[in-house]
Amino acid sequence: MKYFYYPGCSLEHSAKEYDVSARALMRLLGHELIEVDDWTCCGASAADTTSRLLSIVLPARNLALAQKSGVRADMLVPCSSCYLNLRRADDLISRDGLTADLTNRVLKEEGLSYAGGIRVRHLLDVLANDIGAEAIAAGLKQSLSGLSVAPYYGCQALRPFSDFDDPEQPHSMDALIGAAGASVFDWSMAAKCCGAGLMTTKKELCLELVADILGAAKGADCIATVCPMCQMNLEISQKKISRMRGKALEIAIVYLPQLLGYSLGLPRDGLRLDLNLALTGSFKDLLADMSKQVAVPGR
Amino acid sequence: MAQNQASTGLETPGRGLFAEISKNLRACMQCGTCTGSCGSASKMDYTPRQVWRMVQAGMKEEIFKSRTFWLCSSCYYCTLRCPRGLPLTDTMAALKRVATAEGYFSDRKSPVFYKAFLDNVRKYGRVRETEMMTRYFLAVKNPAVPLSFVPLGLKLMAKGKMDVRISGFGGSGKLDRLYRKVMELEAAK
Ligand code: SF4
Ligand code: SF4
Repeated sequence: MKYFYYPGCSLEHSAKEYDVSARALMRLLGHELIEVDDWTCCGASAADTTSRLLSIVLPARNLALAQKSGVRADMLVPCSSCYLNLRRADDLISRDGLTADLTNRVLKEEGLSYAGGIRVRHLLDVLANDIGAEAIAAGLKQSLSGLSVAPYYGCQALRPFSDFDDPEQPHSMDALIGAAGASVFDWSMAAKCCGAGLMTTKKELCLELVADILGAAKGADCIATVCPMCQMNLEISQKKISRMRGKALEIAIVYLPQLLGYSLGLPRDGLRLDLNLALTGSFKDLLADMSKQVAVPGR
Repeated sequence: MAQNQASTGLETPGRGLFAEISKNLRACMQCGTCTGSCGSASKMDYTPRQVWRMVQAGMKEEIFKSRTFWLCSSCYYCTLRCPRGLPLTDTMAALKRVATAEGYFSDRKSPVFYKAFLDNVRKYGRVRETEMMTRYFLAVKNPAVPLSFVPLGLKLMAKGKMDVRISGFGGSGKLDRLYRKVMELEAAK
């Protein structure tokens, strides 16, 4: 299949490994990504605090650029915050005439317009529902057997738009993780909030939220994420949080496409695990041990 | 599954917006489900449920002196669970907009950060993290703030994950035309 691809600002810098592994995984599975030409920031959580109209115009500009290209495809978005912003813009423009009119009056300044109608999809939705566990199982090169993975969904991939998973008890990662040979760690924090953008302005609160998540993952070998903000919040302050709580809470944090890509035999430069900030020694040892074992026979 | 109705692109700035917020909350029955679902509630000075009541009572001063709405992380749990289907996360964002527009800065850090972010986007179209954080630190003028980010900065730097391009102040920006038009339309209402 063909998808428009909107990487968003984080994937250019702090979440490069998410961008690299998502693109490499999609290519390996035979799908084409068309990066939105000249894309700009979706407004993140900042635009909404200043101007409602700007918070719709910024993501809409990217949808307008995709529509202008004449290609018909869904829009694939790996960052949960970008996903929410693009999806909300499409939703409001499609069902509210006044919003559509105002947005298009602004977009006209750049010779653009957006009529609505591009389906905005989170990467997790595409992996779970378009690609599916069978495709992962069929391409398996390196089973992750013995690895216990805690799936972490965070908030904005699931809420407020909840049409591809349960917003309270999400499960769309389970089959994918299972197909890669790993086991799913059963925990209650999968859909809880990591504090998101508050890490910049309300650090103390954010550290508490992350500490609860890391604490609940005790017993798993790694946490799998599908959002650059979740990933960064979970990985960046593990030492400090361990000190704060008086126990060792270090755990490997990896992006879901890195994990799936590893099981499908993506080469190093398609995974960029060297860029992750929290890969524990024991996690690296587990991976090394696995690769010593014989690959899945007879597939 | 349907999501709760989000507010649209048009709203009245200032006094009018506060009245709109209040109208949106009229159906609140004070059940407290929102507060019970909120991961930030324990750090808020008023819980979400209390804030809705205060909005309805028109207690503007008290609301904007509080830090409650700046602590909303937009997790959408309250919006998902409210039995009355009220757009609560959107309401928290709307309170941030009123506070920013009317200069209620009980907490300077948040509005200053969001402004630095949006200025960066206006200028380059995409966020250049280093420059944005530099401007943010300059603007908050609290030496403790940048210091708390040194460990993060060093880690990202070591991985080659920081965009270190910094240019001069001012100048014309990539998204100037869009920003200008948004301001023009909002001022016209
Ligand atoms: S959950 Fe809804 S009805 Fe209940 S207190 Fe909160 S806003 Fe009011
Ligand atoms: S969206 Fe905001 S107010 Fe609502 S539960 Fe989440 S943090 Fe609390």
